[in-house]
Amino acid sequence: MLEIKDLYAKAGDRDILRGISLDVAPGEVHAIMGPNGSGKSTLAQVLAGNPAYEVTGGTVTFQGNDLLALQPEERAQQGVFLAFQYPIEIPGVSNAYFLRSAFNSIRAARGQEEVDPIEFLDYMEKKLELVDMDVEMLSRSVNMGFSGGEKKRNEILQMAVLEPKLALLDETDSGLDIDALRIVANGVNALKRPDNATVVVTHYQRLLNYIVPDFVHVLAHGRIVKSGDKSLALELEAKGYDWLVEPQGAVA
Amino acid sequence: MTAPYLVDFGTLSNNGARAEPAWLRETRRDGIDRFAALGFPTPRNEDWHFTSVAAIAEAKFSPLRGATGQITQAELAPFTFAHSNWPVMVFVNGKYDASLSTPASLAKGIRAVDLSTAIREEPTLIEPWLGKVSPAEDRSFSALNAAFMSDGAVIHIAPFIEEATPLHIIFVSDSNAAKGVAHLRNLIVAGHNSKATVIESYVSLGDSGYFTNAVTEVIVEPGATLTHYKIQRESQRAFHVHTIDAKQAHDSHYVSFSFATGAALSRTNIYTNLDGEGCGATLNGLYMADDEQHVDHQTNIIHSQPNCFSREIYKGILSGSAHGVFNGKVYVYPIAQKTDGKQTNNNLLLSAGARIDTKPQLEIYADDVRCTHGATVGRLDEMALFYMKSRGVSADAATRLLTYAFAADVLETIEVQAVRSELERATLERFTGATSAL
Repeated sequence: MLEIKDLYAKAGDRDILRGISLDVAPGEVHAIMGPNGSGKSTLAQVLAGNPAYEVTGGTVTFQGNDLLALQPEERAQQGVFLAFQYPIEIPGVSNAYFLRSAFNSIRAARGQEEVDPIEFLDYMEKKLELVDMDVEMLSRSVNMGFSGGEKKRNEILQMAVLEPKLALLDETDSGLDIDALRIVANGVNALKRPDNATVVVTHYQRLLNYIVPDFVHVLAHGRIVKSGDKSLALELEAKGYDWLVEPQGAVA
Repeated sequence: MTAPYLVDFGTLSNNGARAEPAWLRETRRDGIDRFAALGFPTPRNEDWHFTSVAAIAEAKFSPLRGATGQITQAELAPFTFAHSNWPVMVFVNGKYDASLSTPASLAKGIRAVDLSTAIREEPTLIEPWLGKVSPAEDRSFSALNAAFMSDGAVIHIAPFIEEATPLHIIFVSDSNAAKGVAHLRNLIVAGHNSKATVIESYVSLGDSGYFTNAVTEVIVEPGATLTHYKIQRESQRAFHVHTIDAKQAHDSHYVSFSFATGAALSRTNIYTNLDGEGCGATLNGLYMADDEQHVDHQTNIIHSQPNCFSREIYKGILSGSAHGVFNGKVYVYPIAQKTDGKQTNNNLLLSAGARIDTKPQLEIYADDVRCTHGATVGRLDEMALFYMKSRGVSADAATRLLTYAFAADVLETIEVQAVRSELERATLERFTGATSAL
């Protein structure tokens, strides 16, 4: 489904990704772990098409298409979804309108009919239950005045509405208490299907107790330095990252 | 540049103005003398530094002589906020049109008369105030208006009258207004402890080039609350200069909103003097300009007495080669202790060619006050754009939606729901092509 080959990217003058290769097949859950500054969030942002990063080498193929040639909205329309580490506040645009615009844009791109606000509200009912959100949250401006946990739940709500093929969760666990973490993880698990895939970017093993990965990859200095199964995450929890991560000078 | 107006004034004083009361003839004479002395303002004048009125000065507009009688109720419908039952006063090409107006439907205790009738039949409705609230000594356009003021709305709200239904004054121009100027003069007297809403709309049914030169004098007596909206949707080739002067007595509230999207060049001055203790003034506005439009707002909030508050939020959205100007002054006199003032001007530039000059100013001569001000000029937030696009929303739709959202919070301050809805709709349509609420 997703094939990343020797991917290089930079932000400004700073090289961040330095040759990442990764294959993700339908139905799989991959965890990307690594210390701060290892490039794991950048990888998620680059896949979603954040213009703040420049791809300087390598290829990314998604469902047979060149992902890097697509605009962010086209990637979303083809089924890529990024749950942001820091969801953006948009004053003046209601959550309901935003979600419906996104939903209808994606439907239109797929040649499906748009839904009206009333049909959409019906559709939303079950989605809201999934992340334990009140319908009142729909009338508020996107992420405005939301707590950290509410913002993350709102990300998962968006994911539930858009039903992506490839979900990228960028540090979705950061700043969550255990209850919120459980709600978010349950939401992600409920959306799991044999034909979609999930890439979880996280610093800590904690989230992986709830979203169990098939593969764990450790990123350091912009490269995958080790891959394994879920036991690797537990090993990292016990031993930290130092045993895998050489000082940057030694790599260069 | 002033010569044609002096000739016109000679004609006026020999004809129409001859039968007018002496005090009014004197006001007119003072006006033309001041205008002759001042001339049109130039960019050397600090108040006009960013706005050149050379195009107005050179155009030699001639005074409009009256209504054409061609405008129908149906043509006015788009401007009535979907409330055709509101009392309206309609002025067509600068002249009162009784057949389109419904002052009889006003609530008890509110009177609305056109200025020319008031001059002719009931000068006591105007004499104590006209020309006294809005000075013309150092203001060219107000002086010109004083000399030529021909028509406008005279509104009296009796003490203790509280009326929720707005009174709507519509100044509409059509193709017959081309090359003409209307010097409109309005007077609103809000009696003590009254509460009412007056809306002034300046609209056009075509694309002709004309000049609206308006002055509105507002008296807010003790304990009264006046909500006063100004909607400027003139023709894209029109020129528009409007000065609103409000004088507030103790414990009064003046709530103003200025919405400006029309005219090739527009200048709106809104001045309020909080001239009694316990007053509040709220001055909000939204201006949006495109192409070669020039839109200028100048506000003065004068804190003359202690224990008053003022709140001001103006937002601007400029695209194409449009030029916006915001000049907001908050002045606090030495005795105006405990003044609480807050002023904000935020601007969004959507193109490289768009320009804004913003100049918020605080002048504070009292020591126990709380006043803040700030201005921002920015472009759309790249991260917000990316966030929306990452959800599948097209770049174009995301841009338009965020632009609308920028304007939305200031529109939300409009308390009359029908007006708020219509201006939201107009703004949404401008930026998204959609008409349903967000």
